[in-house]
Amino acid sequence: MTAITKKPVNPTAHLTPEDIEQLGIELDAIRQEVLDDRGERDAAYIRKVVDVQRRLELASRAVLLGSALPPLWVLGTVGLSVAKILENMEIGHNVMHGQWDWMRDPKIHSTTWEWDNASTADGWKHAHNEIHHTYTNIVGKDNDLGYGIMRVDEDQRWHPAYLAQPLWNFINACFFEYGIAAYDLELGRNLRIPKEKRSAKFKADLSKTLKKIRKQATKDYVINPGLAIPFGGFLPTLAANFTANVVRNLWSHSVIMCGHFPEGVETFEKKSIPDNETRGEWYLRQMLGSANISGSKAMHLMSGNLSHQIEHHLFPDLPSNRYAEVAPKVQALFEKYDLNYHSAPLPQQVYSAWHRVVRLSLPNGWLATTNVKNLPEQTKLLWAMSTKGPKIRRAAAARLQQQARRLEQAKDVTTAA
Amino acid sequence: MSITVSTVATRSGPGRSLRDSLRRVADAAVTPLSIDDVLDVFHPLRRGADLRARIVEVVHETDQSATIVLQPGRDWSGHVPGQYVRVGVDVDGVRLWRTYSLTHGPRADRRISITVKAIPGGVVSDYLVHRAPVGQMIQLAQAEGEFVLPQPLPDKILLVTAGSGITPVIGMLRNLYSRRTPPATDIVLVHVNVDESSAIFRDELRALGSTGRITLVERYDDQHGILEVDHLETLVPDLDERLAYACGPAGLLDALEAHHAARGLQLTTERFRPHLVEAGEGGTVTFASGTVVEADGATPILDAAEQAGVLMPSGCRMGICMGCVIPLKEGAVRDLRNGAITTAVPGETGPGGVPIQTCINAAAGPCHIDH
Repeated sequence: MTAITKKPVNPTAHLTPEDIEQLGIELDAIRQEVLDDRGERDAAYIRKVVDVQRRLELASRAVLLGSALPPLWVLGTVGLSVAKILENMEIGHNVMHGQWDWMRDPKIHSTTWEWDNASTADGWKHAHNEIHHTYTNIVGKDNDLGYGIMRVDEDQRWHPAYLAQPLWNFINACFFEYGIAAYDLELGRNLRIPKEKRSAKFKADLSKTLKKIRKQATKDYVINPGLAIPFGGFLPTLAANFTANVVRNLWSHSVIMCGHFPEGVETFEKKSIPDNETRGEWYLRQMLGSANISGSKAMHLMSGNLSHQIEHHLFPDLPSNRYAEVAPKVQALFEKYDLNYHSAPLPQQVYSAWHRVVRLSLPNGWLATTNVKNLPEQTKLLWAMSTKGPKIRRAAAARLQQQARRLEQAKDVTTAA
Repeated sequence: MSITVSTVATRSGPGRSLRDSLRRVADAAVTPLSIDDVLDVFHPLRRGADLRARIVEVVHETDQSATIVLQPGRDWSGHVPGQYVRVGVDVDGVRLWRTYSLTHGPRADRRISITVKAIPGGVVSDYLVHRAPVGQMIQLAQAEGEFVLPQPLPDKILLVTAGSGITPVIGMLRNLYSRRTPPATDIVLVHVNVDESSAIFRDELRALGSTGRITLVERYDDQHGILEVDHLETLVPDLDERLAYACGPAGLLDALEAHHAARGLQLTTERFRPHLVEAGEGGTVTFASGTVVEADGATPILDAAEQAGVLMPSGCRMGICMGCVIPLKEGAVRDLRNGAITTAVPGETGPGGVPIQTCINAAAGPCHIDH
């Protein structure tokens, strides 16, 4: 992707400042409508989800005591995976967003909730709620863009190390909870600082996170397998817990990647964001920087309603069960203001997000200029770019981009004709 | 009179008991939850759970009042008739706390009851009287209050109640007259109401009166006019010999206190706390540290506090990250995005106050913040 301000056609160019403020007012009105109606039905919903999740997790863990028997292993593992996904997505993520704070129930409150994940609630709330939701898709400010380890923008200079980025992304997906914990701690940045110069806050947070990871691992890999020993199920239970964690990690990684990574979702330059960004401008950035996943009710539930990523980013503190209800109104506003409401089924969005990861792991223009016929030649070029030093790399990159541009122009001519 | 509060189990020896060890294992098996969170799903009224109660019966007393019979959790430590209890009720999904008198003495079935009069505009009282379904769980605190009869009982007692002020007194009377040997105490009850139809427990009190257990003096504003405390002596000639207890609206209690003080008589009163929080524009924000900050009605509390040098938790400063949430113990604040008012009244809102986002809320009157 390319930051919105560097695109040949800025998709917001047709909007006047007055339009943007009016858009903000109309979105505020949608929010207010939900606030006015929020009540018993919503409270009953989240209590039901919490209740079902706890029963499901307990039942799955009970089944796993007999996981020495393969059918029980499968049943328990599926149940536990679903329970963990529900806990992280529809419950944890949304409770920690303060979506249910209005109920004034200390048991379902952003200030008290802790989730079944390696990262601590406090660390996550800071990195996610504060940084990511405030600075959504601003290159250099929103660490969710590539988690600081990936090339997510054409403007980031390509380096051969990025060739491994699809692999990194996959490994990150498998162990996503640890990835989140590391990135909530800004581990990479902090580890580069000499040990004695690291801030006291970082040290405290690190020790809290390590403690949390130890407790989580003790639960999944010691206590619960231990309980299955009398039934001969230590290793099967351990494997089941590990599998459930990986399934949950892969799933949440996929859903989150679909929220901001698919092709066509906009990014923003740090310097293009005014210091005193208005509410309307902030709304607009959220609208362009998010993508939805279309699908069934079950899909929405399992994604924690992050399938309504656009609605979630506009109204992060509205109860998640309301996103589906406001979606048609939000979509109507996209149409009214002639903006692209980015929504597609899960496989399509996952493919699109991965396509971008792969494309950007390669030099700009490489993928576009490669076909079956010139593959050996292109591979040789890539090899040269990776091994023969920065000078060759820069020259080849410039040529690739030129070729890609020409190809693009040729395509335009054909379509026009 | 003291209330026995269950004390934390004392440790028998230097080592951990088996029970503690099991608990640690159970907690470790369900972290980040505690085993209590899991057990709550199945048995919310068990011993060791947060104190709650289930509504088992709603008995309508008058058009606008009802007795809510509750099955409290196993950790309920009991009460003395005349005491009150704080209850947290989820109304339209929002947990609101109120205080009501307990209207039964200790019962054999361990149930307790509160009697609620729906007051105009009263969110919780209206809900409990007209909408609360049997089976609903509510939150509970232990019984409190000093409005209880002395032991041993004096020879003569005067009880003065007005409206729902009867609620602590009915608990006392039910307790006294459900005993195998009723007390020898001579009790006069002056019960004041607007009219007969709104008199809670009217028939039950009349039955106590007609069997000679108490002397009941019914006073209805529409028949007898407003009760003047100076005329109390004509209703109760041996007023000076009686230990007096009164419960009702502030006006009546103030007058009675003045009246009894002037005569050198002892009087115990129970006051219903009125809603004192009125939303205004701006106000002083007092912090737990004692710092007081002047905040106008257009400035978020976070900004006002920071300008005054208070170290505040903060985050996005636009109302989305919940990084600045701290409890409002008392007062009112206004959401600057949509004008919505949030109030906290000690004793009525949750024990820890109401958590608010300081970055988008401005003071709407004097506020006390627990930070």
